[in-house]
Amino acid sequence: MKEAIINHAQSAKQFNTDEARVNWHDETLWMVRSKRDKAAKSVEEWETLRSLASSVKEHTLSNLNEYLIEFEKQANKNGVKVYWAADAKEHNEIVLKIINEEKISKVVKSKSMLTEECHLNKYLEQNGIEVVDTDLGERIVQFRKEIPSHIVLPAIHLKKSDVSETFNQYLGTEKNNTDPQYLTSAARVHLREKFLSSEVAITGVNFAIAETGAVVVCTNEGNADMGVHAARVHIASMGIEKIIPKANHLGIFLRLLARSATGQPITTYSSHYHRAREGASMHIVIVDNGRSRQLANENFRNSLKCIRCGACFNTCPVYRRSSGHSYHNAIAGPIGSVLAPNMDKQKNYDLPFASTLCGSCTNVCPVKINLHEQLWKWRQLLTEEGYVSVGKKMMMKIMAFVLSYPLLYQIAGKSARFALTYFPFMLKIKKINPWYVNREMPQAPKQSFTSWYIQHKK
Amino acid sequence: MNSRQKILDNIEKNKPAFVSLPDTKNLFATGNENVVKKFSEVLESISSTVKKVNGWQDIPDEISGLKNNGNYVLNAVEEINNDREIIINKTKDELEKSDYVFIKGEIAVAENGAVWVTEKNAANRLLPFICRHLCLIIDSKNIVHNMHDAYEKIKIDETGFGVFISGPSKTADIEQSLVIGAHGALDLTVYIIQ
Ligand code: SF4
Repeated sequence: MKEAIINHAQSAKQFNTDEARVNWHDETLWMVRSKRDKAAKSVEEWETLRSLASSVKEHTLSNLNEYLIEFEKQANKNGVKVYWAADAKEHNEIVLKIINEEKISKVVKSKSMLTEECHLNKYLEQNGIEVVDTDLGERIVQFRKEIPSHIVLPAIHLKKSDVSETFNQYLGTEKNNTDPQYLTSAARVHLREKFLSSEVAITGVNFAIAETGAVVVCTNEGNADMGVHAARVHIASMGIEKIIPKANHLGIFLRLLARSATGQPITTYSSHYHRAREGASMHIVIVDNGRSRQLANENFRNSLKCIRCGACFNTCPVYRRSSGHSYHNAIAGPIGSVLAPNMDKQKNYDLPFASTLCGSCTNVCPVKINLHEQLWKWRQLLTEEGYVSVGKKMMMKIMAFVLSYPLLYQIAGKSARFALTYFPFMLKIKKINPWYVNREMPQAPKQSFTSWYIQHKK
Repeated sequence: MNSRQKILDNIEKNKPAFVSLPDTKNLFATGNENVVKKFSEVLESISSTVKKVNGWQDIPDEISGLKNNGNYVLNAVEEINNDREIIINKTKDELEKSDYVFIKGEIAVAENGAVWVTEKNAANRLLPFICRHLCLIIDSKNIVHNMHDAYEKIKIDETGFGVFISGPSKTADIEQSLVIGAHGALDLTVYIIQ
């Protein structure tokens, strides 16, 4: 039996030792999810937008190489230098080379999950570069030597008392002053100094427009723009899947992104970078790092449509009660669990099991990724390939059996209730949560399904 | 083989069969909605102030008022007497001292309170972000219904940089408590020219 390096269930158990914190985490994320619902309902054509977004992405993936070439051509025309990185290592080397050529030692960075995926900070620091994360949540976790626990809300695992302690230690704020306004102001002053003294700004990319060669970055804090416009050099790192064909497609995606993420109608800043200003330079690093491999697999290629809104995290009962760090991957939550095994099956085989398969993620996803089906597919694949222990295998067999007999569903009633009753990895939210305690079967109610199964199986 | 070719070859080999692009022209045509009203309501709901004025000629009075109260004001609005020459040549440290900044917006979007500001409008790319109080001016004729309409109207690569700004900078990264004023402007006032 192979075990993941740090198993999700184990870490989740640890997170669950502080009950008050878990409850807060759970409820707060549910509140964000509710805001998303309200925002979605306020847009009459919401479902049409989701379908359009999904179709645009589908088309783009089916023509991705052509669009990347077009994007590169346009960006070059704009005077932007474009680089290609096959993997994380090459990405980091390219970034370091640009920085070194400019003879710069201080860098500011705005939120980029790709650079987290590549462990860029560590690499740059080992090479004598000071990297400052400028998104407030990311700065907090950076001080604490942690990684973001959520792709949109990086410090959601922390309480204001934690932040207060951290800021007291690193920024000299008053001890025990936990006022978010006060703490945010302290960070503003601290980071303004960094913005003004850094000549390289690294950003992520939300969308890259093939038609015009632009990269679009969305933030609420304004940190990407403070960094980029104050610096001499802008480096934007993007995965190959960030491409959209035309500028007017942004209308669709920007209407969906912030509403899905936090329930805002749009982020405060949606910045479109086409050309560097006079005296400055702009560089775009296009990164594969396993994405073209994911594209080959028809079961999982849809995951490349993701626009990183975080809605699937906020709605996920397992994420809400286990927190991002349990996923031991730069991207947590349902989408992280779909992406991670493609990168390393041995390390991440446990993640597709960190789900109740309730399907809520699929329902909220603005680009209609069939997340829960992909998780289910991964479970089958990882089991077949021998990554999963015998106990889990039995469970899978039962589940496969049930799902292949629609009649059984009807007999058992609504699928959700059915699953809750018969599957140990279906959560009993709030009360005992068997998910965290190694997924034993709960007490079998009434007539045992297991015995029925054993009787009827061939 | 270099990485570029390797990546492109892999995609060529692995991509799914071609799927055509859906038609995204003229999406969700504008109804009879009162865009000025909607725009103002959304702005107020995202912690911004809306001021209605009769014309460009009202803006200099606003600016003098602020200056008289001891504020350092930088005005990038071409339609009136402005400081564009000064702004273009200012260093980032100098810009950082600005209290109030006035910039014209090209297009505004009723559904989300966003104002499209280009590098040309701002005279200096850093200006809308580095100031303490941002004042955007929009002609009511240029307020559109939704983002689709906005992208129909603007030419996004006309200048090297353009941004939709919707409200003041903000964060909720500490326990999800909303704090207005993160790294960009601490507040936003939008002047709508009637
Ligand atoms: S998978 Fe869908 S819901 Fe989850 S982050 Fe990506 S776009 Fe958002």
